[in-house]
Amino acid sequence: MYGKKVKLRAFFILLIFLSTALTIFLIIKALEENVVYFKSPTEIKNLSELDSKKIRVGGMVKKSSIKTNDTEINFVITDFKNDLLVSFKGSVPNLFEEGKGVVAEGFLKDRSYLKAVKILAKHDENYMPPEVNEALKGKK
Amino acid sequence: MSNQIGNYSLYIALFSSFFLLFHSSYSIRNKSKSLDSKIFSALSVQTFMVLISFFSLIYAFVVSDFSNVTVYNNSHTTKPLFYKISGSWGNHEGSLLLWLLVLTIFLFIFFISSKNLSNKYRIITVLFQELIIIGFLLFILFTSNPFLNLFPIPKEGTGLNPILQDPALAIHPPILYIGYVGTSIIFSSSLAALVCGMVNKIWAQHIKKWIITSWIFLTIGILLGSIWAYYELGWGGFWFWDPVENVSLMPWFCLTALLHTIIVLEKRNIYQSWTIILSIATFSLSMGGTFLVRSGILNSIHTFANDPSRGIFILCFLFLLVLLAIFIFFIFQKKLFKNLVKPLLVSKETAIIVNNWFMMFFLSVVLIGTVYPIFLEVISGSKISIGPPFYQKLMIPFLVPFLLFMALGPKLKWIKDNLGKVNLNQIIPFILSIVISYLIVKLFGISYLFILPLFAVGFFLLFSTIKDFFSKNSSLPQKISHFAFSLFILSILFNGIFAKEFSSNMKVGDERKFINKVIKFENLKIIEKDNYKSLMASFKISDEKRSINLNPEVRVYNQPRTLTSEAAINSTIYSDNFLVFNVIKDDGYYNVRYQYKPLMMWIWFSIILLSVGGILSYLKKND
Repeated sequence: MYGKKVKLRAFFILLIFLSTALTIFLIIKALEENVVYFKSPTEIKNLSELDSKKIRVGGMVKKSSIKTNDTEINFVITDFKNDLLVSFKGSVPNLFEEGKGVVAEGFLKDRSYLKAVKILAKHDENYMPPEVNEALKGKK
Repeated sequence: MSNQIGNYSLYIALFSSFFLLFHSSYSIRNKSKSLDSKIFSALSVQTFMVLISFFSLIYAFVVSDFSNVTVYNNSHTTKPLFYKISGSWGNHEGSLLLWLLVLTIFLFIFFISSKNLSNKYRIITVLFQELIIIGFLLFILFTSNPFLNLFPIPKEGTGLNPILQDPALAIHPPILYIGYVGTSIIFSSSLAALVCGMVNKIWAQHIKKWIITSWIFLTIGILLGSIWAYYELGWGGFWFWDPVENVSLMPWFCLTALLHTIIVLEKRNIYQSWTIILSIATFSLSMGGTFLVRSGILNSIHTFANDPSRGIFILCFLFLLVLLAIFIFFIFQKKLFKNLVKPLLVSKETAIIVNNWFMMFFLSVVLIGTVYPIFLEVISGSKISIGPPFYQKLMIPFLVPFLLFMALGPKLKWIKDNLGKVNLNQIIPFILSIVISYLIVKLFGISYLFILPLFAVGFFLLFSTIKDFFSKNSSLPQKISHFAFSLFILSILFNGIFAKEFSSNMKVGDERKFINKVIKFENLKIIEKDNYKSLMASFKISDEKRSINLNPEVRVYNQPRTLTSEAAINSTIYSDNFLVFNVIKDDGYYNVRYQYKPLMMWIWFSIILLSVGGILSYLKKND
């Protein structure tokens, strides 16, 4: 027979192993459901099929494309190759401006129209989200 | 002039670091006992030099010495004096200098306050700490020197990002850094204790003070950051699960686990290896946090520096340190005196292990949520983000047993306790809390799955901690902190469930109805200030009983030209009324967001109370 100490240790290791496995399992499961992919307007144009999941689209707010009425803000996100129309009800961050970088989170209705639920802009006048920067590389 | 002084004093500090490094390893080898004075003077020189260099940077900022590149990039003559000073650590170079300053001061305090402990232990701690200091000194001097000269000298600086010009954010970095850097002392001294074979009660008593200190500062630092985000970023929330926020939360989980484990080590002399592992992990997470924030890898609102070479340096340095720590751990781990731990007995030490398990679970969730997007992008190139639902989904179900254990654990005795007794004592508050939460859920028609049990355990923790205040069997700091945590959870719950939000685009003079309230945009005026122009709006929110005026602003700063919006917040002990507006375009429409947030003050208050528990525990005499 194994000694008490060895048994205890084996028990402990088993416990740690099981709880680690449980943690990883739960995290992976939650990840699958809650990941939001980031795309540029061009990537959306080339999508083979529309996903019903929430996505993020990044680019620049096209010059003189913002149109406001009582409840909605409509504007166009561009990566200077392709455009995407966005409609949004809600509040925008203070660096939301024409000609500046923007990230819109929402649901695609078709390949050129996004119904946004959240608008993000970064809090630095020169800052551009890395994604936007990448999407814009060589296109300006 | 201040540039040269600052620069040279850093070199002197580096020199004294090397001296300390060689001298301490020499004196360990020779087992000499009377070398205190030399080490003491070298430490004093080093601390003094770093202090001088820090003050010369502040001086350069105060007099707007634009021959200094850092000042030029981050300051402006029209900036108020307070923000000139805080601007000196509001940037990459200055903030690292602050890190270094806290590192050296802490080591100095450690050295003079540990006189009753063995010389060998103190010297080895100095040795490890000096390794970290050298790393930071080299990093500052060669990749991010705050004292670089600029020629020709410009007339005017480019200014500090206006969003950082804020009292809460001015003191947020120093406080947070004291918390972060405090973990370096824990790291060094736990390795030293391991090498000296003195991971025992005496050491636990000594290092507990450092753990509590770091914990208090880290807690308050996180609180300040989230208060700032609440009123400055205009989203009306206090926690966004933004990667940079997560990075400060990870060491907090680890430190909280350590805070509990060290008590077991102090009282029962068990869990030695686990304590050491936690110490190493806490420090690695603090350093890793600095790396992630400073490298610009994280996609976050706080990314200031975007120079990857800086990030790589910290990463390699951290990697070496952790490798060294693990190496030392495996060599000296055998020296640890092993007390047989009986698991699964109903006892305080088991309860603390349960606490640690939950802390490690929350930590893994946040760690993976933060790091996974980075890895995925490196591996597959697809860009993703992980939002609040991920964290909520994983954390909320686990909060229920966590809070339950938090209420029951402290009542248990050391070594072995009886379960039957505990149950009987707790039945009244337990039933009471279930009834109350059931009423709340029924009355307001809430249909979320986990709200009822979460309310129930929240109230249970609240009641049983209140009840504990009348009994004498556990310590006061513990009661206060656990009580504060129950307040925290309950306020968050109420806040999250009963918050109401309204947003619309309005012109001056417009009126909107929202539930039982009327929101009126009364007028808009322009005010000229020293370094910004302000658009001040006036809103009136009225319901049947009363009406309040809110005056949010949009500020147009001239240096650098930036728009910021200042939320108008009307706080009472019951609720906050939060209103923020934004300019969309020059067509008369303003984007308005109004939020009603119940018990907002209580969230801040409960965190302050939580740290008060920590402060009391620090002041408490060892018994």
